[in-house]
Amino acid sequence: MGLFNDVLQKVSGSAKITCKKCGHEDTEYNLVKNFYICPNCGFYYRLGARDRIRLTVDKKSFHELCTGLTSKNFLEFPGYQEKLDKARSTTKEEEAVVCGTAEIDGNACAVFVMDSKFMMASMGSVVGEKITRLFEYATENGLPVIGFTASGGARMQEGIISLMQMAKVSGAVKNHSNAGLLYVTVLTDPTTGGVTASFAMQGDIILAEPRALVGFAGRRVVEQTTKSQLPDNFQSAEFLLEHGFVDAIVQRSELRDTLSELLIIHKRSV
Amino acid sequence: MVSYEKLKTARKNGRPTGAAYVKEIFELPLELHGDRRFGDDLAIMGGVGFIDKRPVTFIAMEKGTDLQSRMARNFGCPKPEGYRKALRLMKQAEKFHRPVICFVDTLGAYPGADAEERGQGQAIAENIMEMMGLRTPVVSVVIGEGGSGGALALASANKVFILENAVYSVISPEGCASILWKESNPENVAKAADCLHITADDMQAFGVAEDVIPENFENFPVMCRAMKAQLSAALDELCGLSEEELLAQRYRRFRKFGNFEEKNRRS
Repeated sequence: MGLFNDVLQKVSGSAKITCKKCGHEDTEYNLVKNFYICPNCGFYYRLGARDRIRLTVDKKSFHELCTGLTSKNFLEFPGYQEKLDKARSTTKEEEAVVCGTAEIDGNACAVFVMDSKFMMASMGSVVGEKITRLFEYATENGLPVIGFTASGGARMQEGIISLMQMAKVSGAVKNHSNAGLLYVTVLTDPTTGGVTASFAMQGDIILAEPRALVGFAGRRVVEQTTKSQLPDNFQSAEFLLEHGFVDAIVQRSELRDTLSELLIIHKRSV
Repeated sequence: MVSYEKLKTARKNGRPTGAAYVKEIFELPLELHGDRRFGDDLAIMGGVGFIDKRPVTFIAMEKGTDLQSRMARNFGCPKPEGYRKALRLMKQAEKFHRPVICFVDTLGAYPGADAEERGQGQAIAENIMEMMGLRTPVVSVVIGEGGSGGALALASANKVFILENAVYSVISPEGCASILWKESNPENVAKAADCLHITADDMQAFGVAEDVIPENFENFPVMCRAMKAQLSAALDELCGLSEEELLAQRYRRFRKFGNFEEKNRRS
């Protein structure tokens, strides 16, 4: 549990957290120790970007890149500025993705982590720009990229410019791929819309967390279109695995080891 | 309100659909079917032909023109096999050094359970990524509705043109209205269409489209002759570039999109 020592020190032993799924009450301490998975029912709590980085990479190895970029309401879209202000103050993040370089078991990589707590990690100019810059940096420096996706899709408050981010990032992913470099995506709950329809599905290896929701169209829209009852596991990680769209579902407790092995296996021998 | 009028015009029955442009613009168009994976999606038609004697590959979304053909074409909402057919034809065009011309007209990629099962998101993602790396010129024309990712999957191009009453949007104004104001009544949809900035003029102002093409449906052959000349000129220009320059031009074209604040930029 060495990984969590610094987190655990900050967590007061008595604070209680109630599981959204089963109602089980437990201390924050126990929850952190259990990778933010409910010890009772196995529910996966959504992780903020910083928690994810702490759980995944070697201690003190993370160097943040592409900082200082903030969104602006250039279309004067009603309510956008308020949503941005609220997201910034609740998450203390500049935007919905955190990028940087890190090591996993000593293996260097570039990492991006989307944070669903920031406007459901919808993709606007800043999210697109940061991920594009990270891929450009990784291509220049010969680094593999590990990306944790979570998103409600393109950010409609930025209109067509948010749609263009899908092609912008995809171009950078393509160049990175052409350079023979590894890109691993980890699909986390929920990954939908324009992010699913671009870089989430462009990994050489696509992993997913158990029961993560992953899809293109929203469940309600699909239900209305199809006019039939959808299976309970529709658009779950397990559903995607069954249909051939993810390589593997990996338990949160095993993720670090899996990523480490993938990084080692893709090191060039010459 | 202007946006809403445009939206209604872009969707109007009787407006020429993809197949009409294919027939009018290309010499000896030969349709090629199927994705070689699952099936043949009639919401996207593709094939080969000539434009001013230059061999090209064409790919066109087709909504259908009467109830029967609209149903057969799934109202122009492609499924993954449609996108995979398009990609197959684009890769074929690359192999034989033919430029690709795409006509975009869709409310959006089909949001059905079967499309999700067969990887709608993955199919669009692959098209966009492969188009960004395609070593042959690609020109796309938005002729009606450019509906979100389902449209971008045929529009990650070197140049994009848009008809004067066509629209291009990240989300349908109906979808936007129902998310923001819970109800997609005409008033809310009109408001959403304004907020989203979906008109051809908006696209040109953003640089999302290089040019706006005037409509003249009363004299469709004349309109198409002008469009053909414009496409031919675009191909002349793009075919003059080396493959590396072509890829760099397409990358730059999309790399520039983004509007944000930046502090402490390091060189």
